[in-house]
Amino acid sequence: MTSYALFLGCTIPARLPNYEISARKALSKLDISLVDLEGTTCCAPPPVQSLDLETSLAIAAYNICLSEEANLDIITLCSGCFESLTVANETLKQNEKLKAKVNQILVKAGKEFKGSIEVKHYLQVLSEDVGKEKIKSSITRKLCDLKVASFSGCHLLRPSKVLKFDDPERPHVYDELIEALGAKSIWYRNKQKCCGGLLRGYADDVALAIAREKIINASKAGADCIVTICPFCYLTLDLGQVLMKSTYQEEHNLPILHYSELLSLTIGVDPKELALEFHKIKIDSVLNKIE
Amino acid sequence: MTKIKEYNVPFSKEVSSRYGGETIVLCYQCGTCASSCPVAKTTEKFNPREIFRLVLLGERQEVFQSNAIWLCSSCYNCQERCPQMVEVADVFFALRNIAAEEGHLPNMYLEFASALINDGRIVPVSKFIERKREQIGLPPLKSTGTDALRKILAATGFNNLQLKKEAES
Repeated sequence: MTSYALFLGCTIPARLPNYEISARKALSKLDISLVDLEGTTCCAPPPVQSLDLETSLAIAAYNICLSEEANLDIITLCSGCFESLTVANETLKQNEKLKAKVNQILVKAGKEFKGSIEVKHYLQVLSEDVGKEKIKSSITRKLCDLKVASFSGCHLLRPSKVLKFDDPERPHVYDELIEALGAKSIWYRNKQKCCGGLLRGYADDVALAIAREKIINASKAGADCIVTICPFCYLTLDLGQVLMKSTYQEEHNLPILHYSELLSLTIGVDPKELALEFHKIKIDSVLNKIE
Repeated sequence: MTKIKEYNVPFSKEVSSRYGGETIVLCYQCGTCASSCPVAKTTEKFNPREIFRLVLLGERQEVFQSNAIWLCSSCYNCQERCPQMVEVADVFFALRNIAAEEGHLPNMYLEFASALINDGRIVPVSKFIERKREQIGLPPLKSTGTDALRKILAATGFNNLQLKKEAES
């Protein structure tokens, strides 16, 4: 069994218990053991990077230090955490001058960044450690003609120079993991385009307009649902449809699922254990397509 | 005196001397960033090429007064595609960092800073969610490293950002 330090971040434990429970259950079923570490903090994502980039590096490095001490690689469920921790990890591993500067800060908190571990998004763990074949052989419930609009969001892929997850313009790893579950990953217009989520709270009108376009494009292509791997994409598209009702007087009712939910449902986790009531847009139409 | 100083340190140099802002001087205004930008396609208030032009021309005040720098969604599409390898999204962080130092930051970001200092996380966990977590069988959350984080924030001078904004308001 492979063990990872689970880095939960802020948004998932605070707002998305359905994401967390499905990821924990699915990974455990696939023999990935998760260790929850004491003393982690916010990862310093773009909102904190906007305030100060060097402070953000130090915060991310502090969290990496906790995993270094536990001698475990990090697994993240959030693409924001994946991006900020990976950028810090890779930058500090390569830039001695910056590493020395950050370590001068970290010493005040009794830490030292060594550069001894890796940071992985859980999709990377699924594709590299578990593998599609093992996922396929773990499936106990069949999907009946489920058409999925996959949406990988931004910070799983970009900046690709540092994240090195997949081709940033023509990614395929995530779609393959969706098809491994027996679903059809369909093409839709502007598939790779941002959901606008990071503008929520500052420019809500712009964020909602961008999200609306994604919902419309996926619906027009005949998707039964959009499947996401980032808490912000999920919130922007799920909660976003509630806001579209009041703002645009439009009802789309397109179910939004976390990949870990679809994975859990197909490998035999009881839907009753998945806190599916947290979905703003009900997902019954998807559940009806599972045998 | 002030005028001479401003002339000797052009705005583009100020930005390129900061962490994240180094590559702005490579911009040759092709507009690949703007044509790749999901926000520019949605609102006329944001155009990364135009903002970079203003920086290169030294229009410091105009850049910070318009608040457009806060409309970048940090999707990194522009950064992937820039033929000059300008790290466009990172330059926006550098510009925001300068604005934040001077106290020109939207309230939402001030709230993030306060939450970070007070709770060590930028999204608080409510009592309702704590109860729900327990009900559905999620493990209790481990403690947050707030004390260690405060030491880091004090060492980097991050705490001063907030004080400046509060003094201003």
